[in-house]
Amino acid sequence: MAPRKTPQVTRNPDLVRGIGKYSRSQMYHKRGLWAIKAKNGGVFPKHAPKAKAAVSAEKPPKFYPADDVKKPLPNKRKPKPTKLRDSVTLGTVLIILAGRFKGKRVVFLKQLTSGLLLVTGPFKINGVPLRRVNQSYVIATSTKVDISGVNVEKFDDKYFGKKAEKKTKKGEGNFFEAEKEGENALPQEKKDDQKSVDAQLIKSIECVPELKAYLGARFSLKDGMKPHELVF
Amino acid sequence: MPFKRYVEIGRVALVNYGKDYGKLVVIVDVIDQNRALVDAPDMVRGQMNFKRLSLTDIKIEINRVPNKKALIEAMEKADVKNKWEKSSWGRRLTVQKRRASLNDFDRFKLMLAKIKKAGIVRQELAKLKKETA
Repeated sequence: MAPRKTPQVTRNPDLVRGIGKYSRSQMYHKRGLWAIKAKNGGVFPKHAPKAKAAVSAEKPPKFYPADDVKKPLPNKRKPKPTKLRDSVTLGTVLIILAGRFKGKRVVFLKQLTSGLLLVTGPFKINGVPLRRVNQSYVIATSTKVDISGVNVEKFDDKYFGKKAEKKTKKGEGNFFEAEKEGENALPQEKKDDQKSVDAQLIKSIECVPELKAYLGARFSLKDGMKPHELVF
Repeated sequence: MPFKRYVEIGRVALVNYGKDYGKLVVIVDVIDQNRALVDAPDMVRGQMNFKRLSLTDIKIEINRVPNKKALIEAMEKADVKNKWEKSSWGRRLTVQKRRASLNDFDRFKLMLAKIKKAGIVRQELAKLKKETA
């Protein structure tokens, strides 16, 4: 049914819980049942009962399990999308803390539907390509890069997923050769995507003095630096 | 060595522990051997243990327990704020605060600046060494 346009108001307010203000006869009058009857010639209108759908005969099951097994409770939980930390906004410089690029300072582009952060070096500056990174393995600095000219609409989790492998016929002789061929060179399309995203970014990075060198350098803890006291 | 900074009415002190850490306060009365009545323009007058106070060189002219208005006037007259900010202790504190609030990018820029300065100094030194050699 379509949602109500006006909120539902009771015609019979409660005096005390369980006791309404109006009696049965008063409510009969208020609901206008007398008017409905009058319209219908003194009788309350009856609608023909809806035709019941024919119930298909259920066959008795072929197999009854020996013991009654408890059915697990239905789980209708839908995980919420990962909450982006307040410090992580578009164009924030992030410090990656783990993995191949640990310590690299990198520009945040957008949050993907899986919750992972889409990030780029830019590649020319520090060798980090368009990549996904988990929010937990990242420190957000307060430095921001102007990201307005960059179009990241086309990137989503599928773009970064593993390509479905073609099934090769199993044969011992072919096995080693097939593995060598399987080493994928990066498709030209991905290289072009990287270049187009980085072109705009690098322009806005070069506007800020020393930002390029900053992004090219790795972060490390030095003597006397206390992470809990550092302002990022 | 004789003492130079005394606990007296009008002595300006720096709070070094507790909720008011880092504030400059004026000793307005002495309660007993351990505690002083302390006041500042932006806080409610209250007692503080001497162990929480670090005495400074600054002293202002006030009567015992002045009202807030008189205290503020006396502080303006003695120019406590400027004297503090010009003193080496006060300057050191502002520098420490500035350093602690540096951003990661700021720290990077600072490192580059230090390296550049050291390079220039070394060049000049080399020039001078060459002249005297």
